[in-house]
Amino acid sequence: VSETIAAAPTVDPNGPYEAEIAELTRTYHSDAGRFWGWVTSVDHKSIGKRYIATCFVFFILAGLNAGVMRMQLARPENHIVGPDRYNQLFTVHGTAMMFLFAVPVMTAMATYLVPLMVGTKEVAYPRLNAFGYWTFLIGGLFLFAGLYSNTGPDTGWFAYTPLSGPEYAAGKRVDVWAQVVTFTEIAGLVAAVEMIVTIFKMRAPGMSLNRIPLYVWSILVVSFMIVFAMPSVAMASTMMLAMDRLVATHFFNRAEGGDPLLWQHLFWFFGHPEVYIMFIPGLGFVSAIIETFTKRKIFAYPVMVLALFVTGFVAFGLWVHHMFATPVPQLGRSLFTAASVLIAIPTGAQIFCWIATIWAGRPRYTTSMMFALGFIVVFTIGGMTGVMIASVPFDLQVHDTYFIVAHFHYVILGGVLFPLFGACYLYFPKITGRMMSETLGKWNFWLFFVGVNVTFFPMHLLGLDGMPRRVYTYLPEMGWGKLNLIATFGAVIIVSSVAVFLWNVISSWRGGAIAGPNPWGAPGLEWATSSPPPPWNFHPVPVVEGRAPLWEAGEELPVATGLATDRREVLITTALDAIPDNRHEHPGESHWPLVMAIAVGVTFIGAVWTPWAYVVGFAMSAVAFGGWGWPRGEHPADQVTDGVLPRSEAR
Amino acid sequence: MLQDGLRGALNQSALEPAGPQAAKVTHLWWFALAIATTVYLLTMGALWWAAHRARQRELRGEAAVGPEAEQGMTRGVTYSIAATIVILLIFLVTDLSVGRTLSPVPSKHPLTIELTGHQWWWEVTYADTSPHGRFTTANEIHVPVGEPVLFVLQAQDVIHSFWVPNLAGKKDLIPGYTQSMWFQADTAGLYRGQCAEFCGLQHAKMALHVVAESKADYQRWVDQQRGTAAIPTDSAARRGREIFLTGTCAMCHSIEGTSAGSHAGPDLTHLASRRTIAAGTLPNTRGALGGWVVDPQRIKPGVRMPPNMLKPQDLDALLTYLQSLK
Repeated sequence: VSETIAAAPTVDPNGPYEAEIAELTRTYHSDAGRFWGWVTSVDHKSIGKRYIATCFVFFILAGLNAGVMRMQLARPENHIVGPDRYNQLFTVHGTAMMFLFAVPVMTAMATYLVPLMVGTKEVAYPRLNAFGYWTFLIGGLFLFAGLYSNTGPDTGWFAYTPLSGPEYAAGKRVDVWAQVVTFTEIAGLVAAVEMIVTIFKMRAPGMSLNRIPLYVWSILVVSFMIVFAMPSVAMASTMMLAMDRLVATHFFNRAEGGDPLLWQHLFWFFGHPEVYIMFIPGLGFVSAIIETFTKRKIFAYPVMVLALFVTGFVAFGLWVHHMFATPVPQLGRSLFTAASVLIAIPTGAQIFCWIATIWAGRPRYTTSMMFALGFIVVFTIGGMTGVMIASVPFDLQVHDTYFIVAHFHYVILGGVLFPLFGACYLYFPKITGRMMSETLGKWNFWLFFVGVNVTFFPMHLLGLDGMPRRVYTYLPEMGWGKLNLIATFGAVIIVSSVAVFLWNVISSWRGGAIAGPNPWGAPGLEWATSSPPPPWNFHPVPVVEGRAPLWEAGEELPVATGLATDRREVLITTALDAIPDNRHEHPGESHWPLVMAIAVGVTFIGAVWTPWAYVVGFAMSAVAFGGWGWPRGEHPADQVTDGVLPRSEAR
Repeated sequence: MLQDGLRGALNQSALEPAGPQAAKVTHLWWFALAIATTVYLLTMGALWWAAHRARQRELRGEAAVGPEAEQGMTRGVTYSIAATIVILLIFLVTDLSVGRTLSPVPSKHPLTIELTGHQWWWEVTYADTSPHGRFTTANEIHVPVGEPVLFVLQAQDVIHSFWVPNLAGKKDLIPGYTQSMWFQADTAGLYRGQCAEFCGLQHAKMALHVVAESKADYQRWVDQQRGTAAIPTDSAARRGREIFLTGTCAMCHSIEGTSAGSHAGPDLTHLASRRTIAAGTLPNTRGALGGWVVDPQRIKPGVRMPPNMLKPQDLDALLTYLQSLK
């Protein structure tokens, strides 16, 4: 059990490594100009920052959609938007929040944080990382370009066939949806692969599996989930739905031997794990926040890790609970009900462990900690209603009503946004070198907390009183007006909270207090380097001797030396015990990831109009592949595969 | 309970059951709500208590908790997880048993209604062993009180979902599949339902009504619905009938007993006996009907029915005819 460590040690950049640092500065310097250097950058921190910012832009755009929807529903028979516009608004709201915000913002945060947390210099496959970002950006812009040119998808974020098929969704709207999904799936998959490799092979010496921070575990779990879940929807949307629409295949056409329910299975086989892919990183953030602000290691670490894995596994056994109103045999329903009920156990276990940690610790109620506590308060309500709707008879009453809208907004706002805001307050000093305002932060928190409850709590009752989802209006005699007006009022509070947050980010970035390497006295390796970190993160790389390295190390953090500084060399360690194993040279700046992303963009966007896009895109990507894979030349030292790390006694 | 000030229309509410199916689910809901509220309050209480204790310890200047406390923490967390598992299992067993009692139809030869979903209206056909016994109507279902009614569900175009919350949970109508469900109304009354699966532009205005009435009333209604439309006697209605049969109306609608036999739109044989038009969107009054016939796109943008440019006197005649279709 660790006691409070007053001053956490850091790697002193001006220590005995001055000459090496100077050489690293030259190695990581880009000759390109400022803009071109930014475009070609493969630094995970630079990519991570723009990734996070892009996700927040999409969050705001998708949130504005929700604002218009709330205005429309504020009273019965309203005429702010008609059904055609409304259907585009809610489809793009859902699609953007899921595919362009909730999942990728967690990926983006991980891209920035994981290499720092595991104490390595770079992310695995840095160019792939850049490629993932550009692909994501093109996909996201394409979706909103569609919406703003009245070609926004309008068949719901789930795009059920046959409504989304060629017969009932003429025009290009659903094609836009199908291709956007593909863009984001590619971006998600490459990020998952990078994270798995970074976490398994690039951890600091000594960071054996039982010393990995809980947040990093959560990213490992969701990365595996992404690898297994996303191909299902990528195949369904890109190949099957797009082909049904473009080249008249009949995968989902019952009349020709296809099956509309096949779509639902493929979609929800991805769609349900997706929910957990969104909020498991949130659980990781909550662990990091509570650990930092109670000054105590999270209680029952093995339970916490196992809980993440169990959640990740069971998440794949729930998808049919989205389909209880379709033909599903009784035994199958019972199975999926049981799984849906039991998945509450691991998350419940984590909540109990956090409470125990708070009990035993010294909680400090910073904005970050408030958001972590707010997470427990709000998310648990979503968890409770989640257990209720696992019940088939009850679900059949509330399925596709506002009760479900209330349920999953409690889960997603509670499980994603509360931890995410908390993480922003926690890591903003690391990313920018400056502290965020705590005063504005408290406003941000309380407005958000009140706004979320005022907006979404009344929706439970609306659903029980028969209001279906995805309706652009309702009759006055239905009596849903008052609760809808209250919900709209709550949405205004949420908007004001987000505005406070943005103002806090902007003003703090410009003039916040200087943070220093470890302003919170946190235990993780990410706090062992300067804020913001240098392009190479650490030099020399830290060595880990426990689960909370900065609390456990004495005056100085042990380090491992021996990595070359005249090139971008990273340390490869073994998967289980993180024993130094190899040295690997990473590539420098490259424009090929962008070229490749443009090739992908031309292919998928062009394919909305003509199958020839695949031919053109194939040729373009062949060129990009060539440039990407062009030999970089070899350093003589590359022959040496046994790491020479004299001062490191890993373990 | 939650007082009516904030409640919606009670004839489309899962909390106001009017039959055994919905009643069981309502009981299940109150049971689940009670458990969930208790568990939630206990968890939040524990969170508050933990924060409070930590704070007190700090104020008293006590040292942080030492290793000896770990045992207590382990015990606390273990008991909590065990309690969670037990509660969830109780809920699971209750839920599965409720689910099982709801499934089978409690009658060998129930009244059977074929319900077909269209964008954006409901086609209702009462099955019968004899061809004369069958009849078709739209958007309004009459059922006798106290009798289980079996629904055979199909869809013509996209997926819809049949849901009358006061009577039972929903079931999807899927093109190419035939599903069934049943409910029973124990209290006479007018219950509203609306499509619950997003089905395109006018998903919001695809409602239906269930009229639960005494056996005698129901039988009277059936006898009336089985009849064909009579040829009107007064001249205005006769003129209206001619407009209907020679104009665009007959291209989509059918009226039994006339040459209009298309099933693209709702059957209008007994239109005037129905309470609403346009799938529960408007009351079935002369004014509403006139507005609908002339410009349905204004009321339900995207609906399949085109606008009809009729001369005022023709419209008047047509409305007179339509209103005679009792």
